[in-house]
Amino acid sequence: MHMPVAGPHTHTLFTVSRTMLTVVAALTPATLFGLWEFGWPAIFLFLTTVVSAWVFEVACLKIADKPIRPFATDGSAILSGWLVAMTLPPYAPWWVGVIGSFIAIVIAKHLFGGLGQNLFNPAMVARAMLVVALPVQMTTWIAPVGLLEGPSFLHGLSITFLGSQEFDAVSSASTLSHIKSQISAGATMGEILPTLADLESRLLGFVPGSLGETSTVLLALGGLLLLVTRIITPTIPLAVLGTLVTLSAICSFLAPDRFAPPILHLTSGSTMLCAFFIATDYVTSPVTTAGKWVYGIGIGTLVFVIPLRRLPRGRGLCGALDELGHAPDRNLHPAADLRTVPHRQAACAAKPAKGAQK
Amino acid sequence: MQDFLLVLLSTALVNNVVLVKFLGLCPFMGVSRKTDAAIGMGLATTFVITVASAACWLVEALILEPLDLKFLRILSMILVIAAIVQFIETVMRKVTPDLHKALGIYLPLITTNCAVLGLPLMYIQGHLSLAMSTLSGFGASVGFTLVLVIFAGMRERLAQLSVPAAFAGTPIAFVSAGLLGLAFMGFAGLVHV
Repeated sequence: MHMPVAGPHTHTLFTVSRTMLTVVAALTPATLFGLWEFGWPAIFLFLTTVVSAWVFEVACLKIADKPIRPFATDGSAILSGWLVAMTLPPYAPWWVGVIGSFIAIVIAKHLFGGLGQNLFNPAMVARAMLVVALPVQMTTWIAPVGLLEGPSFLHGLSITFLGSQEFDAVSSASTLSHIKSQISAGATMGEILPTLADLESRLLGFVPGSLGETSTVLLALGGLLLLVTRIITPTIPLAVLGTLVTLSAICSFLAPDRFAPPILHLTSGSTMLCAFFIATDYVTSPVTTAGKWVYGIGIGTLVFVIPLRRLPRGRGLCGALDELGHAPDRNLHPAADLRTVPHRQAACAAKPAKGAQK
Repeated sequence: MQDFLLVLLSTALVNNVVLVKFLGLCPFMGVSRKTDAAIGMGLATTFVITVASAACWLVEALILEPLDLKFLRILSMILVIAAIVQFIETVMRKVTPDLHKALGIYLPLITTNCAVLGLPLMYIQGHLSLAMSTLSGFGASVGFTLVLVIFAGMRERLAQLSVPAAFAGTPIAFVSAGLLGLAFMGFAGLVHV
């Protein structure tokens, strides 16, 4: 950026725009797959959301009298809009995407002072607020039929922009929500498992779900790219996934009739997106390693516990899946960071040079 | 044992006194600038609410109901609460003068914290038993402390941000409180009581 900083000056590869570009690159395979399997309406919704996020960003920068060029071209707004779009139901009308972008960019980001200042992950604030405010639009799912077999270009336009309802919605989005509704209807796990989509289609993503959250494998590959390029450290994904696997393994071992085995949790829609892309957000995750563990374990626990009890209630909120669960944990993280403050202070006392990091 | 945990979870997280019932907003905004003060305030309020839940139940069952004086309920409970707060203030001034200073006016104001009066009243109207109403009071005030400390952590970060002038200070704190409430909606349905 064009801000005067005091020396010493060091050069680093880790600029804002390089980081944002790498994350976008890591998201691209899963996104392209989602756009392909859900067809034209998904493509229109995705473009609307990303473009409106960028427009809101420029408008906010203008109102705040900030330099437009460096901030608007660093890719952060595109990434926020992109993440919002990935969590939307693919046939949602255009205004859902625009409202989502507005919440993410204006409320969750610029009200708090812009890039790097937000207390909450903008995309997840948008997701949570949309689920609460628009339960119908946010839980309308469709089967993945592919670009060619799905609605035509014009039909897609009318679904996204004219609110056409001429498509076949399916009742439940994820494997997990299907299981919960079956269990509350009295079925046991042994009876439900054969009725689910097979492991292969769940891994690859041939299941109903949010626009960019269906493919476990492609999202995990993206996460791997982030690890290899050292955009993220493995601590948080390990803590989140480890906790989720441990808890679900214990529960399904103790009560195999009532709890889903770990593999179902791992292959359920948004788990990978959460562990690698959302939970590792620089701005809203803790700095210290101990803090990262506390934070990751907390997220893993909430991801496990919240859909467990909530989905069987059959409320409008049911489709909220895991994301809403991530939000409380982000709020807890200032506290998580605080609990590890003694470590940081001890480190600072031992090596005064390191204290300058914070 | 399971009931015990369910009541605690339900009152602390699902039906959080601040974010779901909107009681006790005054100290939530007033004493959440510093985490230390928030912890102290939380502990003091926890003590007052727990004792008040039990004391108010006793007053209702032993005095007001037999004498058919239910119309004096609010008045007598304010009296009971004021006495408990006076007690904790005296103890605090003696034991932790620093915390007493940090809490300042908010300590005697626990008396007028609507959560302290509201929760025991709700428990009486809900016809809970003595043990249940004490436990619920404890759970609710643990939830109050939790939210207060989380919010204080958030506000300590907020103080370091370059928030736009129009939103600096209390406005952005209200926005954050709203988002925190949104997050706590994730707990809805976790426990059905």
